[in-house]
Amino acid sequence: MEFRTDDSKFKRMNRRELLKLTPALALGVFAIPKLQTPLLKAGQGLSDWASAKLFREGHLAPEFADSEVVPFEKFPINDYDVDDPGVDLDSWTLSVSGAVQKPGDYKLEQVQALPRKRQNTRHVCVEGWDVIGSFAGARLSDFLQAVGADTSARFVYVECADDYYESLDMATALHPQTLLCYEMYDRPLTREHGAPLRLTIPTKIGYKQAKYLTDLKVTNVLEKVGYWEDQGYSSFYGL
Amino acid sequence: MREAVLEIESRDAEEIPAVYEHPWAVRFCHWVNAVALLVMVGSGLQIFRAFPSFGAKIPQKDLLHWPKAFALGGWLAGGLEWHLTFAWIYVATGLFYVGYQMFSGNYRQVVFGPRDIPGVWPMVRHYFLFGPRPLQREVYNPLQKLAYTSAIGLGIFSVVTGIAVWKPVQFSWLTALMGGFQGARILHFAVMWAILFFVLGHLVMVVLHGWNNFLSMLTGWKKDPDYAPR
Repeated sequence: MEFRTDDSKFKRMNRRELLKLTPALALGVFAIPKLQTPLLKAGQGLSDWASAKLFREGHLAPEFADSEVVPFEKFPINDYDVDDPGVDLDSWTLSVSGAVQKPGDYKLEQVQALPRKRQNTRHVCVEGWDVIGSFAGARLSDFLQAVGADTSARFVYVECADDYYESLDMATALHPQTLLCYEMYDRPLTREHGAPLRLTIPTKIGYKQAKYLTDLKVTNVLEKVGYWEDQGYSSFYGL
Repeated sequence: MREAVLEIESRDAEEIPAVYEHPWAVRFCHWVNAVALLVMVGSGLQIFRAFPSFGAKIPQKDLLHWPKAFALGGWLAGGLEWHLTFAWIYVATGLFYVGYQMFSGNYRQVVFGPRDIPGVWPMVRHYFLFGPRPLQREVYNPLQKLAYTSAIGLGIFSVVTGIAVWKPVQFSWLTALMGGFQGARILHFAVMWAILFFVLGHLVMVVLHGWNNFLSMLTGWKKDPDYAPR
């Protein structure tokens, strides 16, 4: 394995080998300010694409026993603005629009008339904490069927009483654990947790679980993706 | 060692001995991975800053407050973008490296095996207890092989724990195996420190072994090897 050579030949040999490493310098594109942002967007996009590929319609998020659920007062209240946007619960309706046969304003009783699904699932925040909570509500898939939604559309978009907004890919919207949630811990949602109606999506990251829903739209085109997504967070963030 | 000295003494005046230690693929992966690792650590610590704790949110007991100056991405979303972009580069070079080593047979240079076990203690004695330097006939001594093989194992474990944190639903069995979401976070965090510990030791050894040794990771060739290649 040992090789003998004269000095000038050795230098030439080394130069040639060093030049072969130049493709590694391609990583330098990440240091160019103009290219950095689009490259990182593309990289996160690749991760989102892989997330969507990894999503399986029939695969359920783990559900937990009541004994594993954290006490109600230890379920964090997370919002970006106010704990309570002051929803008038008596006159509240969910305004449904877009690719649906029966658009209009839906009352909470109409959501509650659909089969109730109760689940103890893990809520994972993008910050890194997680909490197992107890949720109950109507499957979003049942509601979409009830309003005659075109489920071949790509997205379900929601708006909230506090100007928060979110969107879901249709596959996740139709997942059996995706709920229009009106109860936590077997009691009507408190205002801090999104009364009267919020999303519970155990296959998604926490910021997708929008609270105080006011509007729901079935659509193929998203003008906005979500409150945090539009500031740089992952658009898909499936768990 | 004695043989090496004899060879050097008997060489022609104009000729120098050299050994081709690192094929192109290994050098390429080494440097790309060094950058990727730096980015993964910097952005990972940015992500950690958002919840510098392992366990409950209420009450939250912070483990340590990592300074923002030593974190990449500016804020959590930026850290995630870097992390989820360079994860692909980190995994791709890892797969390329492992694939190359396996198919080229070059893995024999680095993989620690049973026959390396007897050589570990003499090497430890040499490095840490001023013992004599054992005769070395391969590019890597047994202790180096142990360190590099462990590093490859840590690299794989960093990816596996990362998947458990990134996909706790689709790979719920994996996350459960690690004791849940916080368990997976702890392991992912711990493996980073283990890798950083390796990197620190690696850098110390690089400094101690001098310029020719460093150059061989750039050009593949080591001039005047300080061991006796077969």
